[in-house]
Amino acid sequence: MGIFVDEKACNGCGTAEEPMCVRDCPGDLMIMKANGKAMIRDNRECWDCAACVKVCPTQAIHMQLPASVVVRGVKLRGRALKHKTVWKIRLRDGTEKTYETPSTGKVPFTPAL
Amino acid sequence: MIDVESLSCDLLIIGGGAAGCVAAVEAKERDPSLDVLLLEKAHIYRSGCLAAGISALNAYLTEDETPESFLRYVQRDTFGVVRDDLVLSMARELNAQAHRVEEWGLPIPRDEHGRAVKRGRASIKIFGERIKPILGKRVEAAGVRVLNRMNATGLATKRGKVVGAYAFNVRTGKFTAVAAKAVLICTGGAAGLYRPSNPGVAAHRMWYSPYNTGAGLAMGFRAGAELTSFEYRFIPLRIKDALAPTGEIAQWLEADQINAHGEKYLEKYYAHLGGKRMTTQDRLYATLLERRAGRGPCYLDLRGVNARKLEGTIRSYLSMAPPAAMIMSDEAYYARTGGEMAPVEITGGEPHVVGGHGLSGYWVDDNRRTTIDGLWAAGDVAGGVPKKYAPGAWAEGVIAIRDMITHARTQPGAPELDEEDVLAEKDRVFAPLESSAGLSCTDLEERLQKIMDEYAGGIGAQYGTSEGELKIARLHLERLESELSALRADDAHELMLCHEVVERVTVAKVLVEHMLHRRETRWHCYQERLDYPERDDARWTVFVNTRRKRDGSIEVLERPVVRAQIDVVLPSLNDGLGVGPRGEV
Repeated sequence: MGIFVDEKACNGCGTAEEPMCVRDCPGDLMIMKANGKAMIRDNRECWDCAACVKVCPTQAIHMQLPASVVVRGVKLRGRALKHKTVWKIRLRDGTEKTYETPSTGKVPFTPAL
Repeated sequence: MIDVESLSCDLLIIGGGAAGCVAAVEAKERDPSLDVLLLEKAHIYRSGCLAAGISALNAYLTEDETPESFLRYVQRDTFGVVRDDLVLSMARELNAQAHRVEEWGLPIPRDEHGRAVKRGRASIKIFGERIKPILGKRVEAAGVRVLNRMNATGLATKRGKVVGAYAFNVRTGKFTAVAAKAVLICTGGAAGLYRPSNPGVAAHRMWYSPYNTGAGLAMGFRAGAELTSFEYRFIPLRIKDALAPTGEIAQWLEADQINAHGEKYLEKYYAHLGGKRMTTQDRLYATLLERRAGRGPCYLDLRGVNARKLEGTIRSYLSMAPPAAMIMSDEAYYARTGGEMAPVEITGGEPHVVGGHGLSGYWVDDNRRTTIDGLWAAGDVAGGVPKKYAPGAWAEGVIAIRDMITHARTQPGAPELDEEDVLAEKDRVFAPLESSAGLSCTDLEERLQKIMDEYAGGIGAQYGTSEGELKIARLHLERLESELSALRADDAHELMLCHEVVERVTVAKVLVEHMLHRRETRWHCYQERLDYPERDDARWTVFVNTRRKRDGSIEVLERPVVRAQIDVVLPSLNDGLGVGPRGEV
């Protein structure tokens, strides 16, 4: 729906067999262009699962909601680390909020989940 | 020329989602010598319903709950039409499978007594953003032979028995025929049957995985398997525009459903539907009735929720439905002021055929054997058990694969596939690549969704339909089916998209026959016959099943509801819910 690849940041995952986003997209939507950069075939087919956003090692991918549904401009980035995922939501006025979600292993109980 | 690859294995699993992954690991753990082959359309690290992650396990027996109490909860929600035997056998496995996935690395927060944190009576909180990679990596570590990018197209049969399956690679176009001693189908339910909530570029901003297109249901139908309860269409009550689950807010933040006047309408107007204790479908139905009465739109009330807890909810949405987190963070959209959140508008999505939330899918026995020899079904593709969710899919996968192992041991070797059948399926599958006619899969997909929306009770029809409309749907679907041979694909990815349309047309045709047959209204919105607006327990406490006849037509059957003997004292089945007037307001 709203996946954008920053070609300056994308390195096609270097020597990897295939870029991580190309591997992980559940809709088989990410492809390599001739210039060695990733792109989405068709944003219409995207489910917004953010799998590509999180797995990108150079954080070249971000997600936006389409202007046909909401006011445009909020951007989501994320990075999957071993035991947590770090998310950044950038609002229209440029402020950025960071969230962390545990992703693997034991987690302590906290009242404010 | 298109390559044909022939493979054989002991156990074939079609679909590497929740059910398929856990089933595959179970097989290898029970008997490492078994050759287990798993076909996955995408990559098992991020495929199926769990691709984005999940934030709760909604089928888990918390303390004080038993398989019997879980059964009673499901019975009440479906007004009695449910497979008690299947619900009980699933419920007995739920917690064991949840704990198993926890062992594999799924973070489940626990309190100082070691108890999982409750979100509802049968629901616990998890941190499930990485749930699919956790399952996928475990499958690889267990020694399962995984073939990613393989889009299964059909079941191979021999003398009425399933002996394998066909698939093609969505990148290379290579065609593969797999022979197997036993086949487990777990390809999920069907999205994209109806016109979706959002238009154009946002069409896939939907609740269910848009890549689950009923492949397994269509394959089973063509092979003659009996299917059940398609007319119980699951329609999610969702956060508007984001189409994200409401459970996170309703259960975790204990937010009330309020109408435009700020009234808690469930209690105020719908006591006859059970008030706050009403069934899942009636929460949606009441929301619709409020709008019709001029008191819409409706909301989940987040005013007064403390800011820290709200931030926790945004983290939960990031772990399962990221667009909801983006929308909730956006002041321009929801007018958050000083950390307080305005009420969040709720709406119904489009109907789905999905056996994990609803009742629809393959008709199976207690071991999850389908009605065709050699074929088992588990998860969203299997019917008779609503509210199974991810843990129920794991449970069913495990139940099925145990029986498959026993069965495979009695088989002398992998069967031989009939070469003629292989070539016939190959021709059928690759026809869109050869087509000169050139109808695009997008055009026919949109036509399918238009037909279903307008004549078979979609969002545009506020979910209601009647015999006259359904007969028009039937006619239009027949015409649409006759045009499928003109579908054109230019590469293997488009070929997959073409088959996704073909599969959905098949599922839609079966769905319409189910909806025509049940001449009552049992589940508001899910199954809403405007020409038979009352529930009729005496006549219709039965399952409506279908199967394909040899001539290609659809045979409709009824199967009785068989109640399990439960020897514990439970609240009565009806308990006043859903009886009385229809909620005219």
